[in-house]
Amino acid sequence: MKRISTIFGLIVILSMLIAACQPAATPAVEDTTAPAEEAPAETVAAEEPAAEVVYDRAETLYVSGAAWGPASSWNPFMTWVHANTTGTVGLLYETMFQFDPQTGELTPFLAESGTWTDATTFDVVLRDGITWSDGEPMTAADVVFTFELAHQYAAIWFAPVWNYLTSVTAVDDTHIQFLFTDPLYQEWSNNLINIPIVPEHIWSAFSEEEITAGANENPIGSGAYLYETGADDRNVWLRNENWWGTTLMGWVPGPRRIVDIRTASNNIALGMILKGELDLSNNFLPGIATLEDLGYVQTYFNDAPYMLAANTAVLFLNTTKPPMDDPAFRRALAFAIDVDTIVNSAYAGLVAPASPTGLLPSLGQYVDQAVVDELGYTYDPEQARQILADAGYVDVNGDGFVEAPDGSEIALEVTCPSGWTDWMAAIDVIATSAQAAGINIVAATPDYGSWNTALTTATFDMTLNNWANLSNTPWTLYNLLFRHPLQEVMGSGNFGMYDSQEMFDLVDALARIPTDDLAGMQAACSDIQRLMLTDLPMIPLWYNGLWAQYSDSTWTGWPSEDAEATHTLPSTWAGYWQLGGLNTLINLQPVPVE
Amino acid sequence: MFRYFRRKILIYLLTFLIAVTIDWLIPRFMPGNPVDNMLARAQLNANGLEIMRGYYTSAFGLDVPVWQQYLNFWVALFHGDLGISVYLFPQPVAEVIGRAIPYDIALLLPAILISWFAGNKFGAFAARSKWLDNTVSPIAYILTATPYMWLGILLAWVFGIVLDIFPIAGAYSFSMAPSWSWAFVGSLISHWFLPFLSLFLVQFGGWAIGMRNMIIYELEADYSHYLEALGAPRGLVRKYAFRNAILPQLTGLALQLGVIVAGALVTEVVFSYPGIGYLILAAIQNQDYFLIQGCFLFIIIGVLLANFAIDIVYVIVDPRTRRGMTGESA
Repeated sequence: MKRISTIFGLIVILSMLIAACQPAATPAVEDTTAPAEEAPAETVAAEEPAAEVVYDRAETLYVSGAAWGPASSWNPFMTWVHANTTGTVGLLYETMFQFDPQTGELTPFLAESGTWTDATTFDVVLRDGITWSDGEPMTAADVVFTFELAHQYAAIWFAPVWNYLTSVTAVDDTHIQFLFTDPLYQEWSNNLINIPIVPEHIWSAFSEEEITAGANENPIGSGAYLYETGADDRNVWLRNENWWGTTLMGWVPGPRRIVDIRTASNNIALGMILKGELDLSNNFLPGIATLEDLGYVQTYFNDAPYMLAANTAVLFLNTTKPPMDDPAFRRALAFAIDVDTIVNSAYAGLVAPASPTGLLPSLGQYVDQAVVDELGYTYDPEQARQILADAGYVDVNGDGFVEAPDGSEIALEVTCPSGWTDWMAAIDVIATSAQAAGINIVAATPDYGSWNTALTTATFDMTLNNWANLSNTPWTLYNLLFRHPLQEVMGSGNFGMYDSQEMFDLVDALARIPTDDLAGMQAACSDIQRLMLTDLPMIPLWYNGLWAQYSDSTWTGWPSEDAEATHTLPSTWAGYWQLGGLNTLINLQPVPVE
Repeated sequence: MFRYFRRKILIYLLTFLIAVTIDWLIPRFMPGNPVDNMLARAQLNANGLEIMRGYYTSAFGLDVPVWQQYLNFWVALFHGDLGISVYLFPQPVAEVIGRAIPYDIALLLPAILISWFAGNKFGAFAARSKWLDNTVSPIAYILTATPYMWLGILLAWVFGIVLDIFPIAGAYSFSMAPSWSWAFVGSLISHWFLPFLSLFLVQFGGWAIGMRNMIIYELEADYSHYLEALGAPRGLVRKYAFRNAILPQLTGLALQLGVIVAGALVTEVVFSYPGIGYLILAAIQNQDYFLIQGCFLFIIIGVLLANFAIDIVYVIVDPRTRRGMTGESA
């Protein structure tokens, strides 16, 4: 036994050594303050262990809730991987404009201004003096190059812009002229805040594969932060001290470093924020209302719903299957769903019920209240039963659930991916309240993979979806709800295959209305809302929150509803940097050390 | 002797072949398609989506018939190529797993070995002391019946949040970049401790209980009574009993390996510890065929190697096996 125990001891020590020999991934980007002296310094670092790096707590912002997986790609065109490296667009690569959801205005960013000089010409003036992180200047040629990439490669998400864009020309170093035929103003304005500009001098050497699906491991961007290093459970971003925003505009993001922590489950984020190890958590944490009331964390609103709204949870109904193909049945279902119970029990008050139009509160000016008053719905099981009875749905066999007018039994499933706990609780409420109104619906939670397949091939009965993010235009939501043309696989919207040419025409008409024509947009939205609420091809239920809880133990200047506070979005999610997430960083101040 | 090992190796090879085949098959039985899942939110138009789907499908080798995918898989495997991760595209699976494996080894090996060793020592000790048997054995019973995850959450809460002496997430401090320094190594160890402890405690309970029962059983066996009747000192009797009792514990270790690995996977998720367990969870959620395959391949190889090692140890510690083998080959 003695000999064996010695061997055991050795193996244990050995295994610890093996583990210690593996100090994670190599840093991708070094400090760029001195790009010239960079190369020799790096080779030295590779040979002998680098000096110890412990991030100064007072200069570091710890966030979580944005990363879904380890960083694997820094390609700004691969929208499907941005969840892993949240800052790829926003911190690293930047867009020409930003959008302020609180005022509803596009704000110039890389661009100094953008104007429609006539109905088909859009002129952009780029700021003078913007540089890439390798020191090269950004010019109009880079913008032209970025758009030309999408012209060349259909696999870039904004390639469809070339359906109505005829040419992009660099008039001089800072002037770009876009010429259109029949411009889709709404889509264009949304593109302006979402298309990342890439450097021509780097990307022109890339192959098609590298551009559309490459990892872009040493990204050269124009943004406020550089990707410093990462491991499977974190991304570290380092402030770009030469950022044009600082040199031209005087904007200085507070944190020198951002450590974006990926937690395996949300309860870890909760523990970390209580310990003061996290400054901003963008995770969904159900008990946060209590913690806010007790003063442990801050949220945007001091009372329910605590969170700003990020998107609308919509119950998509498969309109190709009976009885969901019957508008009367769909309408009855809308009255049968107890949204208040979802809000209060599944979310413990962290969300608010949605407008029947599905439009977020920030787009409230496009809601036609008269249409909502006339055709909207609220939870009312009596009315649901009445609508069902009027349409011929009665309980023939006495099992407590209605049968279809032709006598066939109705047995439906409402689904969401397994493990999405808030939605799982919500579809339970949907099923229970529908059953109480006499509609036989049960909740089912398939794996994400099979849920996604059912969603995109319209083989589900009804399912939750929220894929239209906060936007500058109501068109974004309608593009999700009524995406057309209908195809075998509906990957990005209209999952229930709602087939109405009239609706598609209305959405297309909205897309063509100039963004400064408020009355025109309101009229177009009103038409869409009237048809939508008459047909109810899907049922908007509640606003998913822009989950954000923060602590002012190290950083202050967090946004809130208070009049003296700032009102930017406290979010680190991909796609939200240009909606105010970056401004939140700029407003942060370190807490003075006492 | 050679015959014994030849047979063992043959059995292990066969097990490996079957296990790896199942490992290849199972992810492919999952409903849905990884490429479609990945591109679900890409917001590409139909044309672009088709191009990207075609590109990824061929990049992952999913555009050939299934039987050919299976053959390609074996060919690649013998070249040490585990494929490209879908969810961490374009990183090779071997690289992704290579980052995680040290954490697993650091967690599993000490936890398994120390708990086995300490559990057996303690169990043998407890069997001889009425006082210990009445106090600590019930605790061991509770420990061994505890799910890893539950104990992990409890430890994280007590030591991480209430007492605030250990971190609750990550492999090293989130405020550090990896470096060769005592501070960094200290950070590694303090992050390692709680996951290790939750694995250790549960297994410790199991081994202690097992050993305690075995010793009591052996002390009641005829040879013990005979030895005692001959007037052998108690220490000698116990030594014999211990040597006999350790054999079923060894077999138990071989049988338990799979369960322990599964327990480690859950523990890693509880502590956000970036080992294989953490990867498998994400790989399954993202239907990453290649990463699932790679992770399980690592587990299969690990468990088989450990079993083989135990076979060898068995030959060393049990003279009967040796005698049986020489008798067989003679």
